[in-house]
Amino acid sequence: MNKTNQTSTRREFLRQSALTCGTTVASMAVIALILPDDAYAAGTTSEYDWDKHRWVYLIDTRKCIGCGSCARACRKENQVPEGMYRTWIERIAIPPEGEVHVDSPYGGEHGFEPDPPNAHVRKSFFVPKLCNHCSNTPCTQVCPVGASFETNDGVVLVDPKQCIGCGYCLQACPYGSRFMNPHTRTADKCTLCYHRITKGLPTACVQACPVGARQLGDRKNPNDPVNEILATQRVQVLQQQLLTKPQCFYLGLDMEVR
Amino acid sequence: MGHELIGFLFPNDVHIHWTLMIVLYPYVTGLVAGAFIVSSLYHVFDREELKPLGRFALAASFCFLSVATLPLLNHLGHPERGPMVVVTPNFSSAMAGFGILYASYFLVVILEIWFVFRADMIRYAAESRGFKRMFYATLALGVYDTSEEARALDHKITRILAAIGIPMACLLHGYVGFLFGALKSNPWWSTPLMPVIFLFSAVVSGIAVLIVLYQLAMKIKGMPIERETISALARWLWLFMIMSLTLELLEIMTLAYEKAEEWEVIGPLLANQLSISFISVQMVLGGLIPLILLGIVVVMGAYMDDRIRNTLSMVASLLLLMQVLAMRWNVVIGGQMFSKSMRGFRDTYVPGMFEKEGILAAAAILILPFLLLVVFERILPTFDHLGQKTGDLNLDLDSEPRLG
Ligand code: SF4
Ligand code: SF4
Repeated sequence: MNKTNQTSTRREFLRQSALTCGTTVASMAVIALILPDDAYAAGTTSEYDWDKHRWVYLIDTRKCIGCGSCARACRKENQVPEGMYRTWIERIAIPPEGEVHVDSPYGGEHGFEPDPPNAHVRKSFFVPKLCNHCSNTPCTQVCPVGASFETNDGVVLVDPKQCIGCGYCLQACPYGSRFMNPHTRTADKCTLCYHRITKGLPTACVQACPVGARQLGDRKNPNDPVNEILATQRVQVLQQQLLTKPQCFYLGLDMEVR
Repeated sequence: MGHELIGFLFPNDVHIHWTLMIVLYPYVTGLVAGAFIVSSLYHVFDREELKPLGRFALAASFCFLSVATLPLLNHLGHPERGPMVVVTPNFSSAMAGFGILYASYFLVVILEIWFVFRADMIRYAAESRGFKRMFYATLALGVYDTSEEARALDHKITRILAAIGIPMACLLHGYVGFLFGALKSNPWWSTPLMPVIFLFSAVVSGIAVLIVLYQLAMKIKGMPIERETISALARWLWLFMIMSLTLELLEIMTLAYEKAEEWEVIGPLLANQLSISFISVQMVLGGLIPLILLGIVVVMGAYMDDRIRNTLSMVASLLLLMQVLAMRWNVVIGGQMFSKSMRGFRDTYVPGMFEKEGILAAAAILILPFLLLVVFERILPTFDHLGQKTGDLNLDLDSEPRLG
């Protein structure tokens, strides 16, 4: 093989490689364009700036009367399938001795029977639950395709257009906040009514609660009453030992609540 | 589904999300890893006694590997988006590595197969004509060099690939254990021992399936079952099953003795929901009994009639195959039998026969690799070279080709 011949094949090779690389990059760009990264932005108003908010949630268990309005409102607002729960209410009944009794018939959606089953109970209360929008979330960490993600304003969401339905996040959430939506066949959970809060509305559950046991707060709003409570009162989170840093805070929690 | 719920479960926890398919997935990858390691024992470490299995184990590993993704895809809510795990992986996820690991391991296995069988492919091409010739020529990728040097090179490359494959097989399978072990939300899964337990039981299942298949294949082909081969396999199997059983027990005993908070759910879980599948099947029937049977083979091996040795190791292998399946079941399903409220259990879980992820689908997926193996054997026989090249292989003239 003579010199010129060699150079020409080398040039040919380089040209080919460049072409291959170019095509790859181009197709990746196309894929990136097709992939919906603005699925949620679509639902928000253009004035909404997610860097100006940091959403938190506050539940006062001492106020909750277990009426289930929040759970019903949530099901309606978000078309939550029957048998699945984005929010639910637990009743904890702690007798002076013996087993703690916890129940949540239909997620507390239809309220509770008047008496806790154990007649001697002197300590009994309701605990509303929902996704804690953990800021150190095991659920988004494990998602193999990044369909579960955290927004800049602190809300943990699932993109149903990307979710492959593997269920890993369901296993990773220690609070039972997630379920597999049988209609979309993707992971589903509380969105903190992202479509509402980004328009300046409260979440459906907060709006529905007749006693103000549920409140939405914005950490970046200095005048927010929730901030005042978080700053001055003793609050707790669920399963603190797991270090998931829940952003849903509780007032009046008992050690028996998990 | 008619299940009973005991105590308080979080309302979303009454569903079993990971079903029979997720039980199969680690089972099949375990067979892959185990079979590959046996094949490498021959190709890398020159364990002559395993020579009859060197190629067959590789082929078996390949066939299991080919179906390893099926249970996963069948499980996904959106299998058509499955490839996104490779296209847009989220690297903080333990699961994201699967695609890459799987693909690279597949590549290593295919390459190794090609180098091992290359000379055969060329020979078959030369011996046949028409379509068959074309087929083998295509398999050989147009390289027809069978000179001494070329074959020596094949050998060298095979050895390198087999060596690379060992850590990869370990990774692939240890990684499956990691998927479970790295979830702090679940006390039954969350332990750093999980990858190691998975790995050892993988090797156990791989060796066991080879003992069964080897004996069957020899019977079908009317070839002798080599005493050295079975003895060696039984020895390795015994060693690995002891380690695997020890680890499985250690994990439970530590939890029980520590009276760790996890024990509050794991204790009742083992005593009730898993009493049959864990204690009876995984520990006694699939653990203790093969331990004794293989122990007899290993200790008394020299004085043993071939037929007895073959039967004992066959029975032990079948029991161990069941044991490893039970272990996968106990991990995957067991981990979902209680609620994360740590206050409630479901009574039983019985997969449906005809569900998408039911028993029938599982059986089909489990049978598939064996059918593939039959096809593979047709195309590239894995035992034929044994009789041909050298005469020194029939050392064992009095060995009986019969099963017990
Ligand atoms: S509560 Fe569960 S689903 Fe919600 S952010 Fe935390 S881990 Fe994720
Ligand atoms: S189910 Fe969907 S959101 Fe959850 S981990 Fe799998 S892909 Fe991610």
